[in-house]
Amino acid sequence: MAHMTDAETLPVTAGESLTYNVQPLLHEIRHALAKLLDDGGHTVIDLRSIPLAPGEEDRLLETLGRGEIVAQLSALGPSEILETRFPGVWLITHYNNDNEVIGRFIEVCRLPRILQAPDEDIREAIENLEAQLALQTGER
Amino acid sequence: MSKDRTLGETLRQQGISRRGFLKFCAATASMMALPPSMVPAIAAALEKARRPSVIWLSFQECTGCTESLTRSHSPTVEGLIFDAISLDYHHTLQAASGAAAEAAREAAMEENHGKYILVVDGSIPTANPGYSTIAGISNKDMLLDTAQGAAAIVSVGSCAAFGGIPHANPNPTGAVAVSDLVKDKPIINVPGCPPMPVVITGVLAHLLTFGTIPDLDALGRPKAFYGKSIHDRCYRRPFYDKGLFAETFDDEGAKKGWCLYKLGCKGPTTYNACATTKWNEGTSFPIEAGHPCLGCSEPDFWDGGGFYKAISTPTGDVGRAAVYAVGAGAAAGIALGAMNRAKHSRAEKAHEKVTIDDLDKEK
Repeated sequence: MAHMTDAETLPVTAGESLTYNVQPLLHEIRHALAKLLDDGGHTVIDLRSIPLAPGEEDRLLETLGRGEIVAQLSALGPSEILETRFPGVWLITHYNNDNEVIGRFIEVCRLPRILQAPDEDIREAIENLEAQLALQTGER
Repeated sequence: MSKDRTLGETLRQQGISRRGFLKFCAATASMMALPPSMVPAIAAALEKARRPSVIWLSFQECTGCTESLTRSHSPTVEGLIFDAISLDYHHTLQAASGAAAEAAREAAMEENHGKYILVVDGSIPTANPGYSTIAGISNKDMLLDTAQGAAAIVSVGSCAAFGGIPHANPNPTGAVAVSDLVKDKPIINVPGCPPMPVVITGVLAHLLTFGTIPDLDALGRPKAFYGKSIHDRCYRRPFYDKGLFAETFDDEGAKKGWCLYKLGCKGPTTYNACATTKWNEGTSFPIEAGHPCLGCSEPDFWDGGGFYKAISTPTGDVGRAAVYAVGAGAAAGIALGAMNRAKHSRAEKAHEKVTIDDLDKEK
């Protein structure tokens, strides 16, 4: 980590980058993007697991910005799934029913898994739709 | 609600979709400090998990641990408590009281013998059983009785884990930790005053997901949460490395957010998850609010020689002397009082301001 290098040369002042974790995170994201193109590898970074000083998470999110897609999920409280201005880099924020953040992740992938309909749900959808159709046929 | 149903079935019956379940699992992995790559494994395990019975006993405590848990913002802790576990006894939260409450505890113990999880907060008085009783049963008797059929015990809070504040010098009630009395069951210590809510629920989620005891450190604490010191994960660490310290609470260093080591911060000797997980919906933690870490997740934090003394300042060896004094029985209190007076004058004489030079010598 950067702060393990020569402490004397660190330009430490309040308000500036303190943990030096923003830059390495951006590099990690860049490598994850290359991996995605290379072998389709999916990367998830849990922002809660990394020490960030006040303001550093905001700086990271500012750098990533907002792209073209924002999706809302309503399940156990709202979730926001947005593509950053770097295609393939998604920011996922889960809230509980009281709108408190319960998890924030950066996912590097083509489409986050949580947006894709699971096979079990698709199977149930077929059954439900068939039942609906049978009902309508019966009504006629 | 049936205990035979799996968690996946229970959640779906409540109309929680698979996407909702995936979200629950992602937040649970984050809560358990597990890498996000574990989410599919967690989802598979939780899908099949059956609700364990949980009995929660509160002894000499302030209810701060329960407050911490019930203020938790983690993936709907209510969900965790009421859907993922079957909380069969908790005298603060349950509606029943008196004989009905005790009957619920006994029924849960009988029905789930050998399988239930026992959660304890608070220390146990050993000097006189009358110091703390529930329904006329002494804390010690209730603990030993309930521990017998437990699969594992979770000691929530520094009081249950290490004796905590009731155990602090001069320990008038003879308070001890759960592990001092129960020797034949796996015990997971979740210390803190209070512990972080996500750590409490994280440990319960681990037991639920994997059905195993998480990796523990030498003090019986889960390494996932207590594996790193506050100091190593502190965002103010670069100031320490550079020798920039606040000397008082209102000097220029304090205003600039410099390291609080010289104001007594116990971050270097304290192992907990506060620096990354943070409190109050991830808002901040004590050091971020400008106050030194008190070291509340370490044994005997109350007797550490002063919250505002830098940890290299001589404090005398009260902890060790007290251990020896216990053998002396009734004389212990008197001896300890005398020692404290002697220690006080010695510490005053020995007191030195810690300078950056002193800190450099430690390297």
